[in-house]
Amino acid sequence: MNVDLYERIWMWAAVAIVVVFLTAIGISTFAYAVRPPSHMETIDPATVMQDPRFAEPGVVTLPDGSVHVTIVAMMFAYLPAEVHVPVGHPVTFRITSMDVTHGFEITGTNGNTMVVPGYVSQFTYTFDEPGEHLVVCNEFCGVGHHTMSGKVIVDPPGGPAAGAAAPDSAHPAADTGVRP
Amino acid sequence: MTRADRLPLAHIAVAVTAFGAAACMALMQALSRANLDLPFRSAQIYYLSVTAHGTLMALVFTTFFIMGLGYALVPRALGRPLLHEGLAWVSFWIALAGTLATLTAIFAGKATVLYTFYPPLKAHPAFYIGLTLLVVGSWGWGFAVLRTLRAWRREHAGVPIPLPVLGFATTIIVWYIATVGVACEMLFLLIPWSLGIEKTINPELARTLFWWFGHPLVYFWLLPAYVVWYTVLPRAAGGKLFSDNLARLVFVLFIVLSSPVGLHHQAMDPGIPAGWKLFHTFNTMWILFPSFVTAFTIIASLEVAGRARGATGLLNWIGKLPWSDPLVASVLLAMLLFAFGGFGGAINASYGMNAMVHNTAWVQGHFHLTVGSAVALTFMGTTYWLLPKLTGRDLELGLLAKVQPWLWFAGMMLFSFSNHVTGLMGMPRRVFDPSYGGDPTAARWKMLTGISAVGGILLFVSAAFFVMVVLGTWLAGRKSEQPAVEFAEPLEPAPKSLPIFDRLGLWAAVAVVLVLVAYAYPIWHLIRTPHFGSPGYSPF
Repeated sequence: MNVDLYERIWMWAAVAIVVVFLTAIGISTFAYAVRPPSHMETIDPATVMQDPRFAEPGVVTLPDGSVHVTIVAMMFAYLPAEVHVPVGHPVTFRITSMDVTHGFEITGTNGNTMVVPGYVSQFTYTFDEPGEHLVVCNEFCGVGHHTMSGKVIVDPPGGPAAGAAAPDSAHPAADTGVRP
Repeated sequence: MTRADRLPLAHIAVAVTAFGAAACMALMQALSRANLDLPFRSAQIYYLSVTAHGTLMALVFTTFFIMGLGYALVPRALGRPLLHEGLAWVSFWIALAGTLATLTAIFAGKATVLYTFYPPLKAHPAFYIGLTLLVVGSWGWGFAVLRTLRAWRREHAGVPIPLPVLGFATTIIVWYIATVGVACEMLFLLIPWSLGIEKTINPELARTLFWWFGHPLVYFWLLPAYVVWYTVLPRAAGGKLFSDNLARLVFVLFIVLSSPVGLHHQAMDPGIPAGWKLFHTFNTMWILFPSFVTAFTIIASLEVAGRARGATGLLNWIGKLPWSDPLVASVLLAMLLFAFGGFGGAINASYGMNAMVHNTAWVQGHFHLTVGSAVALTFMGTTYWLLPKLTGRDLELGLLAKVQPWLWFAGMMLFSFSNHVTGLMGMPRRVFDPSYGGDPTAARWKMLTGISAVGGILLFVSAAFFVMVVLGTWLAGRKSEQPAVEFAEPLEPAPKSLPIFDRLGLWAAVAVVLVLVAYAYPIWHLIRTPHFGSPGYSPF
């Protein structure tokens, strides 16, 4: 096939660009373990609140120091709506839906997952700085979609800032969230 | 107007009507997002409008316009009449009846499920059955066009397929492979479930079948625009097509690469193995290649045109192009907007980076550059060129047709860029009121949603100009002898032997194998994993 010289150069350059993109994705995947949430776990959406995994949603610190946040999404709220997590520790979010498909996006971070009924979504994120993050539902879920939000409050080392209720260190598993 | 041209004209009439109605809704949505308290503003109406806007623009306007363009260009490029004209008319009425059923369900408030219709949000059966009929109608269109091409090939053994026809044949093959996914979703999941035959549905399986369809759908929109860029634009600009061979390569690559990529829309979904998401991401990146080649070939063709019009310097051929021709201006501006859209698309599909932008306003900023500009603006420009030839009337309101592409460009720059930025700042897409009770994060989006609304107003004015030009030409244009449709000549002499790219059956077979490789395991895995179905939920 007769291809103009300049165009041939351009085509090789285009291949090179694609290869650079693929390499970047490959490096982030395999060297930095950047993976999208692809958790495999099913749950009956009709009995989420009776299921031991989600019966008491909230923040739990496991004996090994890792933090698990369990959240139930529903039309049009998260339960709990507000969670406190520590700064600098890996926090594993576990979320499922009681009804339709929702999103769970922690604004200002890469924490973002679809919440599809029948499945448990799970991802781990480490917050580097204390502060507040608005959480929004980013999948249309019905007429109240735009009101479905929550908050992740990242506490500084040593617990929440003055004014907020300090978690009892003897019972770190307590739910610090506000129930709607 | 000849008898044969009634067929494309009927399709274009439906397309322009859908476009005009959808543009009115878009204006209301853009103002709502900026929190302007309009009369009758309510969340119900907003979400109903988003559903109608998406369905009318992405599914009705595009499909009918593409069918009409195919009926207009293919017989002209082949120099023979369409076979199965009766079937083509039956398909038109099926598609139109389906569209009306879907719209009735939407406007009755019984199908506010958006145009992605993810279960377990449930719509009235008429919504799903209507969309299925629209697709069935488009299958009839594809059949008539492919059969006409087959008859022509029997009559012209050993002659390469005319490029515009190759482009449409590619479009149809991509469409057939894509619609298998949505047909399975409709027939096996959504329709039985909405009729109450099935009590529950597997939402993740439905999403996967939707995106089997949903990504190649964008190439179904884009390829007819590429037909215009490759075979109409160079001639309208006064030049020749730089490379016929590479145009064929590009079309064939789209057959092969369009479909095994859908999981990149589901990067944030549970229940799908990460490795398969990565595989689809890798496939997606290669689709950049044919578009890069297109960029070179089209720009080189335009340079040929500029030099033929007397340009001598390095870049002054750009100024020498006939920018005052509404077709040329529309397509050039559409291509410019597509350049931004293409790079944004590479970010969307990138596995890791997707987390930053997934389901944020960035996404609507992105696809208004691609389908909303590269495709829609090209189709508007094409209408200015084609409508006089089909109706036998001069283009009316020519000044509006000249201003319209620039207004679209300006409006889209404001709309799209502000949405990209608010998306990066975390604003989700498809929200009626992005204020979140005065949350400080949401407060930072405010100025940009205002800019986006200004863009929306400009886009609406542009859309109104387009509809006025079409109506004016159709109803009041002066009857006159119109020049025949002529396609761009290639710069090099046409190939003597049959190019390998013309072996459409072979490429379709390769594409089918790739789709099976890409989807067999993920779908089997979704079905095999013990899971719990969902009953339906009403959005209100």
